Amino acid sequence: MCDQTFLVNVFGSCDKCFKQRALRPVFKKSQQLSYCSTCAEIMATEGLRENETLASLKSEAESLKGKLEEERAKLHDVELHQVAERVEALGQFVMKTRRTLKGHGNKVLCMDWCKDKRRIVSSSQEHAVTMPCTWVMACAYAPSGCAIACGGLDNKCSVYPLTFDKNENMAAKKKSVAMHTNYLSACSFTNSDMQILTASGDGTCALWDVESGQLLQSFHGHGADVLCLDLAPSETGNTFVSGGCDKKAMVWDMRSGQCVQAFETHESDINSVRYYPSGDAFASGSDDATCRLYDLRADREVAIYSKESIIFGASSVDFSLSGRLLFAGYNDYTINVWDVLKGSRVSILFGHENRVSTLRVSPDGTAFCSGSWDHTLRVRDGGRWAF
Amino acid sequence: QNSGLQRMTFFFLIEDIITKMQDDKTGGVPIRTVKSFLSKIPSVVTGTDVVQWLMKNLSIEDPVEAIHLGSLIAAQGYIFPISDHVLTMKDDGTFYRFQAPYFWPSNCWEPENTDYAIYLCKRTMQNKARLELADYEAENLARLQRAFARKWEFIFMQAEAQVKIDRKKDKTERKILDSQERAFWDVHRPVPGCVNTTEMDIRKCRRLKNPQKVKKSVYGVTEESQSQSPVHVLSQPIRKTTKEDIRKQITFLNAQIDRHCLKMSKVAESLIAYTEQYMEYDPLITPAEPSNPWISDDVALWDIEMSKEPSQQRVKRWGFSFDEILKDQVGRDQFLRFLESEFSSENLRFWLAVQDLKKQPLQDVAKRVEEIWQEFLAPGAPSAINLDSHSYEITSQNVKDGGRYTFEDAQEHIYKLMKSDSYARFLRSNAYQDLLLAKKKPESEQGRRTSLEKFTRSVMHKSTTRITGLIMEIMGA
Repeated sequence: MCDQTFLVNVFGSCDKCFKQRALRPVFKKSQQLSYCSTCAEIMATEGLRENETLASLKSEAESLKGKLEEERAKLHDVELHQVAERVEALGQFVMKTRRTLKGHGNKVLCMDWCKDKRRIVSSSQEHAVTMPCTWVMACAYAPSGCAIACGGLDNKCSVYPLTFDKNENMAAKKKSVAMHTNYLSACSFTNSDMQILTASGDGTCALWDVESGQLLQSFHGHGADVLCLDLAPSETGNTFVSGGCDKKAMVWDMRSGQCVQAFETHESDINSVRYYPSGDAFASGSDDATCRLYDLRADREVAIYSKESIIFGASSVDFSLSGRLLFAGYNDYTINVWDVLKGSRVSILFGHENRVSTLRVSPDGTAFCSGSWDHTLRVRDGGRWAF
Repeated sequence: QNSGLQRMTFFFLIEDIITKMQDDKTGGVPIRTVKSFLSKIPSVVTGTDVVQWLMKNLSIEDPVEAIHLGSLIAAQGYIFPISDHVLTMKDDGTFYRFQAPYFWPSNCWEPENTDYAIYLCKRTMQNKARLELADYEAENLARLQRAFARKWEFIFMQAEAQVKIDRKKDKTERKILDSQERAFWDVHRPVPGCVNTTEMDIRKCRRLKNPQKVKKSVYGVTEESQSQSPVHVLSQPIRKTTKEDIRKQITFLNAQIDRHCLKMSKVAESLIAYTEQYMEYDPLITPAEPSNPWISDDVALWDIEMSKEPSQQRVKRWGFSFDEILKDQVGRDQFLRFLESEFSSENLRFWLAVQDLKKQPLQDVAKRVEEIWQEFLAPGAPSAINLDSHSYEITSQNVKDGGRYTFEDAQEHIYKLMKSDSYARFLRSNAYQDLLLAKKKPESEQGRRTSLEKFTRSVMHKSTTRITGLIMEIMGA
C-alpha cells in the first residue's frame, strides 16, 4: 500500500482523528466519510479482522498444522529402535520387593522421595505420621527435607513443616500456599523450599511463593484438567512439562508463562509425565494404555511403548538414572519395565492387588517405590542380571 | 473431550476380545455343555482354554501374564467362574461362563441398593441350593432390611414379581441367567476383601458422559426418589473455543514452524550416547559399589557420598558435562578452589549467587538483587565479572525492576563463558587429574602420558572390571 500513488482529493480535517491531513473517501456502512491515509489503513485491517470468521481461522490453523507436520516429517529419517539395534540387549531383569509399607487403610494416591534417598512421603503417611489432609492427591518433599506439600480435593496446596516430635500437631503449623478453583492434581517444589509449582483440575498450572502465598506465574493453555507435571532437570533451565485430560503434553517457560512446545499424539488422558535424565526428552503415561517418549529437539514423539496384552491405562512413569529403563505403573495392578531405546518390555512386575497409582525412582536411582489402591507402598531394588 | 468416551473405548476393547473369544469360526474358545452327576452344566469354558486363547491371540508369552489378564477381565464382569463369587481366572479345569451383554459394564450400570435388596430377597424366595445366600450376602440382606424398613413391602412385592417372571423361563436358560445375574452383583457388590472394579478415579468422574441421565434399574423399578449420582452434577460446562483462542494457536503454530529441529538420526544418537555413558552409574542396571543399601542393608554407599572424599567414579562424572560438576556440591567446591587459585572465581560466584537469588522468597528478592549488583556488576564492584556491553545494558535496565530474573541474560553469558573456558581448563588441570587417578592401582610408568590417555585408560579399566564382574556372577562365584 505504501508505494501506491495517493491521489489527493481534499485537504482537511479527518472524520476520525480530526487531524489536518490529505483525505480520501471511505465508505462505512454505505455512508461516505473522509479519512486520512492512516485512519483509512487502520479501518481496512480492522475490517479484515472482523471478516475473519471462526471457520476461516480454524482452516488457517488446520493448514498450518499440516505444514508443521510436513516439516517435521522431513526430519523423520529413522526410528529410535532401529538405531538402537546396535545397543547391547539388557537380558533378564529380576527385581525384588525390599520393603512393603502398609498404609493406614487408605488408597495410596501419590508419593515422593526425600532428597536423602531414604524417606518417603505418601498420601497416607510420612514416616509414622498420618497426613493431615483428608483426600490428598498430590504430595511433595521439600528439597531441604524439612517440609512437605500436599493437597487434593480441597483445591489447595498446603505446606507442613516436618517435626519428629510425635506430640506436635502437624496440622497446626499448616500454611496454605496455592488456591485453585478445582482439585489439586500435582505439586512440586522447584529447587528451593520457597517456590511450589502446582497443577489443577481447573486446567491451569501455577507457580507460588511459599512464604507469602503469592501467585508468581500462571500457565494457561490446557483445554481440560491438568493431571501431572515435572520440572526439567537442568541446572539453568526454567521449564517444566505438564500433561492433561486434553491428551496434550505441554512444555512451559516458567518466566514468561508461555507454552513453548506442545505434543498431542496420545488418544486419551495423560496421567503422568517425567523428564528423561538429560532433560532433552520426556516420557508420558496415558489412559490409552501406552507410554510415549517425546524428544524436545526433534519436537515429536520418538517412541511408543505398548503391547496388545496391555489394555489398562498407565498411571505413573519414571526413568532409571541412566534413562535406559522406563518404569510404568498401570491400572491392571502391574508395573511394566521398558527398554527406552529398543522399545521392548524388559520385565513385568506383579505384587500389587489393586491399581498402581504412583511410582518414583529414588533420587540416586538405587530403588524405586510404587504406591497402590491396595493401601501399600513397595520399594523394589536394582536387578541382578541373569542371561 | 470427555472421560466417559475413553471409559467406553476401554470397555469396547475388552468386549472385542470377549466377542472373538466366543466366536467358533475364528478359533474361539470351545463352549460346551458338561455332564455332571444327574444334571448338565450348560454353556461353559475351562480356565485353561481361556488362558491358552489369550496367550495365542494377544501374543502373551508367559501364562502368568495371561492368567492375570483373564482375572482382570473376570473382575470387570465379562466372564465368571460358575461356582465362586470371587472373580478370578485359574489355569485349570475350573468352569467359566460368559456374561450376557445386558449386564456388560458398557451399559453404564450403577445399580441402587433397592435393586440389590430385590435381588437378595428373591433369592431367599426360591428353594434352590444353588441360590442359597453366602454369609456376606445374608449380612447384606439384614442390613438392607434395616435400612429399607419402611418400604420393605414394596421391595418384597418386586421380588415376588421377579420370581414369577423367572419361573416362566426354560430350565437351562434359567441356570444360565441366574449365574449371570449373580456375576453381575459380584461386580457391583463384591465379596468383602475383593477389589471393587467399579470404583473410579475421582478426578475423572466429573467428565462422564450423560451427566443428566437418571440411573436405570436392573429390575425396571421406577421411583420418584431415584437420585442422580452426586458426582455427575459437578460436571463443568465445556468452554467454547473463541476466535482469540485460534489466533493464539496460529501464532504458536507459526513459532513452531520457524523452530530449528534436529533430525531423528541425530536425536537417536544423542539419546543412546547419553544412556550408554550413564549406565555404569545406574544402580538398577550396574550393581552399585560397595553395595546397594536396599539389598545389603548397609548404608556404606550413602556414607561415602556424604563424605568430602569423592570416588573416582564420581570425579569422572564431572567430566561428562558442565552441568554435572555444577550440580555436585563437592565438584562445585573443587572447581571453585581451582578458580580461586587462578584468581578468576568471580564468574562462578556470580553464577551461584544468581541461582541462590531464584530460590529466595519474594520479599527478599529485591534486596538480593541489589547485593548481587553491588558485588559483581556495579562500577567498582569488588568481584567484577566481564560482560559484553549489550548484556550489561540489559542487566542494568532489569535491575531497576529488581525481579527474580534480573540476571538471567548475564547468567547465561557467564555460564557459556565458564563452560568453554574455565571448565575446559579445569578438566585438564593437575587438580582434576590427580583426583581422577587418586585411587588407581599403581601401573608401570611408560613415560609421560597425556591427560587424555590417562582419562581413556581409566574408562577402559572400569569397563573391564564390570565385564569380569558379570562373568563371575554367571559362574556363580
